[in-house]
Amino acid sequence: MKIQEYTVSRHNFEECMKCTVCTVYCPVLQVNPAYPGPKQAGPDGERLRLKNPYFFNYALKYCMNCKRCEVACPSGVQVADLIQAARIQYSHDAPKLRDRILASTDLMGSLARPFAPIVNGVTGLGVTRSVLDATLQIDHRRVFPKYSGRSFEAWLRRREKEQAAFDEQVAYFHGCYVNYNYPQLGKDLVKVLNALGVGVQLLDKEKCCGIAYITNGMSDQAARHAAHNVAVLRKAVEDKGLKVVTTSSTCTLTLRDEYPNLLNIDNAAVRDSVLLATRYIYERLEQGAELHFRKDFHLKVAYHTPCHLERLGWGVFSERLLRMIPGVEFTLLDSACCGIAGTYGFKKENYAASQAIGEPLFEQIRSINPEVVACDCETCKWQIEMSTDYPVRHPVSILAEALE
Amino acid sequence: MRFDTVIIGGGLAGLTAGISLQQAGKSCAIVSTGQNALHFFSGTFESLEEAPDRMAALFEEAGIRLHYRKGVRLMPMGSFKPAALALEDVEIFPDPHFSRKALIVSIEGYQDFFSAFLAEGLEQQGTQCRIHLLDLPEMEPLMQSPSEMRSVQIARTMDRVWEKAVREIRLVLKDEDTVILPQVFGLQDTAVPDRIRESLPAHVVFVGTLPPSVPGIRTQQLLKRRYEALGGTYLSGDEVLQAHVHEGTVHSVVTRNLGNHYLEAEHFLLASGSYFSKGLKSNPFRVYEPIFGLDVRQADERSAWYDPDFMADQPYMLYGVETDEALRPRAEGLPFQNLYAIGSILGGTRPEFGTGAGLAVRSAFAAVDRILNAKTESE
Repeated sequence: MKIQEYTVSRHNFEECMKCTVCTVYCPVLQVNPAYPGPKQAGPDGERLRLKNPYFFNYALKYCMNCKRCEVACPSGVQVADLIQAARIQYSHDAPKLRDRILASTDLMGSLARPFAPIVNGVTGLGVTRSVLDATLQIDHRRVFPKYSGRSFEAWLRRREKEQAAFDEQVAYFHGCYVNYNYPQLGKDLVKVLNALGVGVQLLDKEKCCGIAYITNGMSDQAARHAAHNVAVLRKAVEDKGLKVVTTSSTCTLTLRDEYPNLLNIDNAAVRDSVLLATRYIYERLEQGAELHFRKDFHLKVAYHTPCHLERLGWGVFSERLLRMIPGVEFTLLDSACCGIAGTYGFKKENYAASQAIGEPLFEQIRSINPEVVACDCETCKWQIEMSTDYPVRHPVSILAEALE
Repeated sequence: MRFDTVIIGGGLAGLTAGISLQQAGKSCAIVSTGQNALHFFSGTFESLEEAPDRMAALFEEAGIRLHYRKGVRLMPMGSFKPAALALEDVEIFPDPHFSRKALIVSIEGYQDFFSAFLAEGLEQQGTQCRIHLLDLPEMEPLMQSPSEMRSVQIARTMDRVWEKAVREIRLVLKDEDTVILPQVFGLQDTAVPDRIRESLPAHVVFVGTLPPSVPGIRTQQLLKRRYEALGGTYLSGDEVLQAHVHEGTVHSVVTRNLGNHYLEAEHFLLASGSYFSKGLKSNPFRVYEPIFGLDVRQADERSAWYDPDFMADQPYMLYGVETDEALRPRAEGLPFQNLYAIGSILGGTRPEFGTGAGLAVRSAFAAVDRILNAKTESE
């Protein structure tokens, strides 16, 4: 018998009952009237697009893919997936040179890393930013992340033996940011995991998770990265029996959910083994492992849950870990988007919207006046540091600092 | 992860219970599958004559003011319904003859507020009505996508430009004693409705719009903020898929996002709502409760579920889980020891004033008292 219960539509779009709740929580709709909103761009538009691709609306590119519509939907419609899938299927816009540059985080990282001091100096100059603005439409007000002279992979490789000495092992999907821009976060993770008696290994040549390719209209590249990454994850999970930890909430969401939902890459063999580091650490502690904290540690922390972590539903692990550190004065910030959404806020046409979206969050941070903002996402970190002058640290880095 | 109480459902019932338990020093996790019925909230509660104080206190601490007065409220189609306890910006009148002459104000291009129906209804009560549409340039960006010209988008703009709206109303106001406005004020800035009242030389009445409900969303946000400030854990956009039960005692629940990381607790509250929130589901053969497989009061024959007269009271609306006096539901006739059902999932309830809000709050308080095992002083 074929009844509705057993007939699941793509991204669940037939479950939409037009309640408009998603539109209440869309950050873009609040600041950019050119964006048709998640209901119109998602399930409503999908019905039309199924009839005739002519109805595809190029304004869908304004979607930040923050997934807040999906978290809000009472009916389980994967609204943001519908929008991104429609862009993949129907958009014929060739990505601009700028979008290719912004999306190629690992290529840019490997090119820039050897010349890090020069690159950092040059991207910090007003004149460079004006040129980038004029030539590539990368907004001149945007502050660029700095590159690190030595990659995280190189650092960890030199400690291979020392790490292999631990009885228990995990693999670490570090992502582009830790590798090229901020190896310190990777080092902090190694410190915390070692304190728990766990050694850390690299995967067999991970590639960028590919999220920036997806949102910049290069889904073919994204799918190639996804296929490669699933293969190396399988080596770790199936051949070595390892869990894979991550420190970036967006990489995690991409590896677990965007691969099967948007790129049709089957990750069923590894999905449950890919865990955000804070979840892994929390679970180890719950199972009886212990961390020993400094007695003199004191830090006033305001925690921001990144949108993709909210979608994963795992913010609670980061929150609880921070709360358990003696000396941490903890405030949970209201659920709100910071506005950057990866490469979105770098684009000149999005800069104003990006800052307007983040303003309520910035305002709340200023009113709390913490010593640091904690957050599991690198692009939120850039945005909050640029827009508020408060330093942003990863929960794992705060843990590492609080250890004896 | 272990809590004192896990609450399934993050709407009015779940949040009321969560706030009360956190206040009593119990740790809670709320699992919320998407947003809830507060987004359709009319702003009034029924059936609370015996204990409005406890509820008013809880709301007050969250920054939501309530007022109590037995009477009627004005509905969006120009009819009146009995009401008693309401949000501050929802007016309650002793009787429908509250105005001699009213100015109904809406917004150019806004389709979710039916000024003409409202006028027709009020004129039947002997109130003369005039309609005025505000034409504010600040609304123009919203008109770019007319399908998104909704209450919440308008309210966001109005939080910034309400003073301009008030100036325009003052200019067009003649001898009307009342100004009727759609509920599109005070989404973030809760003081706006009061300021509008102070700034107009007439009685100001706010009337509900089509969803989403601006006062409802404001209520949701403030209650959630209060709950989190008390240290409560709110898992947004997650869903309980399964429960581990042994001899009538629930040990843990499994959620979609947390997978093999179970949520364990001493007590469990089921506040998962009715059909809309999928607390109750149906297939061609039966109405069922999907998580625990609870006994659901219903007619066996499908033809008896509904009345062919569309406008009649529909029997299926009375379906819901059956409980004992302590609000503990049953599965195959056997009661649960540490599970309580609250809010609109309860069967056999017919809210007298047409909203489930009072039921949500009362049942939440009753279950909380059971959990804390201490009877609260009330009249």
